Amino acid sequence: MSIEQLKADLLESIAGASDAAAIEQIRVAALGKQGSVSALLKTLGAMSADERQSEGPRIHALREAVTAALAARKDAIEGAALEARLAAETIDLSLPAPDRLRGSVHPISQVMDELAEIFADMGFAVAAGPEIEDDWHNFTALNMPESHPARAMHDTFYFPDTNADGREMLLRTHTSPVQIRAMLDVVKQNPGGAPLRIIAPGRVYRSDSDATHTPMFHQIEGLVIDKGIHLGHLKWTLETFLKAFFEREDIVLRLRPSYFPFTEPSVEVDVGYSLVGGKRVVGGSEGWMEVLGSGMVNRKVIAAGGLDPDEWQGFAFGTGVDRLAMLKYGMDDLRAFFDGDVRWLSHYGFAPLDVPTLSGGVGTPV
Amino acid sequence: MKFSLSWLKDHLETTASVDDIARALNAIGLEVEGIENPAEKLAGFRVARVLTAARHPDADKLQVLTVDTGEGAPLQVVCGAPNARAGLVGVLGLPGAVVPANGMVLKVAAVRGVESNGMMCSTRELELGEDHDGIIELPEDVPVGTPFAQYHGADPVFDVAITPNRPDCMGVYGIARDLAAAGLGTLKPIAANPVAGAFPCPIEIRIDDREGCPAFFGRVVRGVRNGASPQWLQDRLKSAGQRPISALVDLTNYLMLAYGRPAHAYDLARLTGALVARRARDGESVVALNGKEYALDAEMTVIADDTGVHDIAGIMGGEHSGCSDQTTDVLLEIAYFDPTRIAATGRKLNLTSDARGRFERGVDPQFFDTGLDVLTGLIVAHCGGQASEVIRAGAPPVAPKVVAYDPALAGSLGGVAIAPDEQRRTLASLGFAVADDWAVTVPGWRPDIDGAPDIVEEVIRIHGLDNIASVPLPRADGVARPTATAAQKLERRLRRAAAARGSHEAVTWSFLPEAEAEVFAGGNGGLWVLANPISEDMKAMRPSLLPGLLLAARRNLSRGAGGLRLFEIGRRYLRGDAGASDERQTLAVVLAGEKAPRGWATGKGVPFDAYDAKAEALALLAEAGAPVDSLQVMGEAGPQFHPGQSATLRLGPKTVLARFGMLHPSVLKRFDIDAPVAVAELFLDAIPARKGAAGFARPHYAPPALQAVTRDFAFLVPTALPAGDLVRVVKGADKANIVAARLFDDFRGAGVPDGHKSLAIEVTLQPGDKSYGEADLKAIAEKVTAAAAKLGATLRG
Repeated sequence: MSIEQLKADLLESIAGASDAAAIEQIRVAALGKQGSVSALLKTLGAMSADERQSEGPRIHALREAVTAALAARKDAIEGAALEARLAAETIDLSLPAPDRLRGSVHPISQVMDELAEIFADMGFAVAAGPEIEDDWHNFTALNMPESHPARAMHDTFYFPDTNADGREMLLRTHTSPVQIRAMLDVVKQNPGGAPLRIIAPGRVYRSDSDATHTPMFHQIEGLVIDKGIHLGHLKWTLETFLKAFFEREDIVLRLRPSYFPFTEPSVEVDVGYSLVGGKRVVGGSEGWMEVLGSGMVNRKVIAAGGLDPDEWQGFAFGTGVDRLAMLKYGMDDLRAFFDGDVRWLSHYGFAPLDVPTLSGGVGTPV
Repeated sequence: MKFSLSWLKDHLETTASVDDIARALNAIGLEVEGIENPAEKLAGFRVARVLTAARHPDADKLQVLTVDTGEGAPLQVVCGAPNARAGLVGVLGLPGAVVPANGMVLKVAAVRGVESNGMMCSTRELELGEDHDGIIELPEDVPVGTPFAQYHGADPVFDVAITPNRPDCMGVYGIARDLAAAGLGTLKPIAANPVAGAFPCPIEIRIDDREGCPAFFGRVVRGVRNGASPQWLQDRLKSAGQRPISALVDLTNYLMLAYGRPAHAYDLARLTGALVARRARDGESVVALNGKEYALDAEMTVIADDTGVHDIAGIMGGEHSGCSDQTTDVLLEIAYFDPTRIAATGRKLNLTSDARGRFERGVDPQFFDTGLDVLTGLIVAHCGGQASEVIRAGAPPVAPKVVAYDPALAGSLGGVAIAPDEQRRTLASLGFAVADDWAVTVPGWRPDIDGAPDIVEEVIRIHGLDNIASVPLPRADGVARPTATAAQKLERRLRRAAAARGSHEAVTWSFLPEAEAEVFAGGNGGLWVLANPISEDMKAMRPSLLPGLLLAARRNLSRGAGGLRLFEIGRRYLRGDAGASDERQTLAVVLAGEKAPRGWATGKGVPFDAYDAKAEALALLAEAGAPVDSLQVMGEAGPQFHPGQSATLRLGPKTVLARFGMLHPSVLKRFDIDAPVAVAELFLDAIPARKGAAGFARPHYAPPALQAVTRDFAFLVPTALPAGDLVRVVKGADKANIVAARLFDDFRGAGVPDGHKSLAIEVTLQPGDKSYGEADLKAIAEKVTAAAAKLGATLRG
């Protein structure tokens, strides 16, 4: 058989091989020790130099062609086998993946973080105090002596207990007692005391319950004690805070004289709103809503905090955190805040990575 | 405080519009809560005359009227009023008008088959009175077609919130004074014409309690005729939201509402002997004008005669000596009562009244004779009679307060510099006397003023707070400094970590039903229980965050939630030293129902178990920086927990950082929960603060060059041995080489002797400078085996 014929036969059978075993069989038959191509190779040794000159390259070319064809065919068969295996491994990816766990941060916590971020930039630290207070811190030290009519207006929850000083125990009706505690603390650390800039967010309690009032709610108190502080600073602080909180430049404040025993002069602060689709949106001045109570700290309160009211003066303000949250994020039912309904929490809660930052804007857009 | 525009104009000469007045009131601190304009409510109602009245064909009690409305053809109207008749001039509501009393919109409609084109109205329907027996009858000469609002003289009514420091504005006159100071008009002088006494006062008036009642002025008016008040007075009182009663009563109320000066009128015939201001005696009582009986005590000042108490001084008169239509002789009382005592008495009796509100805030001690003159004059004018001389027992505390003021304070405290002249003008118009040296004498009606800041408030509120310019607070150089405390940072971090692990943050009430709170109480000296809870469900302060979350979990489960993860960060309220509270920051996680619902890949739903709770506890403790690797799992999670499926995580034997596990079935029953509940509670106050200076650089670390190797060990141990103990000793067996030990199998059954279990642990060994040889590995294995043997563990063959 001529080399050409052998080559044609081998390539044909290689092309016809359908699996790895057939390929191996052909390889052994051609290139194995007893193989047809090996046999041809062996004939080279017995040839004359001239013959080898002419036959050598032909026989080697045959071997190379067969080797290459075998490899190519093997690859093709393996590729097809892999393809078939993968095809068999097909799964339905429209089936649901394992559930993603999705927790949330409560709007009150989120808003408190936002407030802390804003006020930190203005140099306010966060202070805290007990919620089960005594009547001295909650009332007397805030210029509400026992008979003061404003005490009755506070709808106070009382405990039957008194503390070691004989003071009545109650649930704080506002975050203002933290003012007293913060001043006393600062004086303790540094006689002479002040300056002081704090915010005090926390739970407060009033015996009041209807659509817009719950017996527990959240306030944030602000206090600045320094030298030469006046109402103009208060106005700037509130404007700056509300602009940062609502992330709007068109915040307009209206100050109205009011009365709180612990401030003098006392100022109620309205913020202008616009009506957008029938809903009140903070900004502009189509109407006014009350958002803050504030004023210059009463001299008696500064004295109760252990500071000299001839030397130090300052302002204080307080507002409802729940209300700020509602105004900003659009909830309309305060009671739902405290129900723990996961449907509500999933809707109004915040993703854990929505950490308020000044650079990113403290608010989380829809 | 409500008053009509015309009442205001009794005291204030002004041409200002309702809107201007409202704006000014808001600007000076008298917050307008509402303006009621009756003209608006009465739009669509007009004066009309009944021309004919005939019986309704199908209804006995109805008539079919033709009514002349002053324009166009007469209208047919069906009417049920018994007094409807031809010739009557009344008030017709036209289609489109809204009936004030019930908000009904009138429209053309068939009444029992007869078309009716409007409604003839009663006074009650128009909210002008209580009469509903028939329709309104107007004088015959009222022009038909007149809008009824115009005929009625509809008078706008202001509703103004008066802050507790302003008793002077609890009278219309005081409001007029403030408005005049704000430039809205001129204050009219008080029309008080002294009425000379025609005879000596026939009754003795005496003060036995000078402390509670420093002054009591009184006089008798003899021969009065009591009856309905004149219309102008009724209108005034109604605008203030008061019900007219009789002329004598209404006039004392008028004095109070116009001038902020409560007064009282006794029926002289009901008094016996001297009228005395004294302390009540324990056991005494009085039936007040509201018809309720009040038990009095010796801390309360009363007005009494020989027979008993007639008046809870300054709060409410007694029913027995109140004025009636039969009253002919009245004793008028103008007194001064100690505000503190009034407040205490009112609080103790839980009795509020207009008089109490004014007395406890402080009435003008200088408005005594004037007040009595005004009242006497009004009574004589409207009820006739003759006035006696005045008895003046005691003296009101009239010593004027003088405040040293510096006009520069307007700028330095109030933030707006105001010219001294303007400040003087403002103060004078508010009734303050300002001396050349700025010693400011406070008028008697301003008990709230006692220092220079109060004067600042007066001048800036009249000047206008809108004129205050914003001034930035001084700012520290550079970027804002961090302000959060370690506790705040911890709380923020844990909150977001818990949420990131899949739980929803809830905010639940601080108070609980006492029984539910009691389940979680323990070892803290008892619950804090409110004396005056708003409801039984909100009575005891929570001693743990778990009960509140369990209540929330129950609500969610009953709404159909299959599984839920809730957490809360907040305080638990314990008892502290010296009667104070001890409020400790806590984080609780409640995992209720199914961890995973049934799934195509996982089969049946998987309920939460104690290990889920453990995972939350450990993960969050790790976030909190607690040394989780050195925590011990111990018992005593509490009686609220499944005794065999709960534990505490402790740092050392005493410090409990957290507890976790499944709840006790009895607790689930108590909270009415029919699903497995795993919980974890972290006591954040117990977590030790991070040690060392707050540097940023981490300790040096370079990954080891040689690869770690693992070796598995299987031990037979007594069933009761906690696996954690074995892992701990294995890990500690050769600290130089063993970097981790992980339990991967807990097997009991075939091949394991009774009372034993097989625990398999994968130990990770980290070679140092050179790779382990066989001998090294053998030595380490021997150490591991020896350490385990101390716990009774033997290598499984």
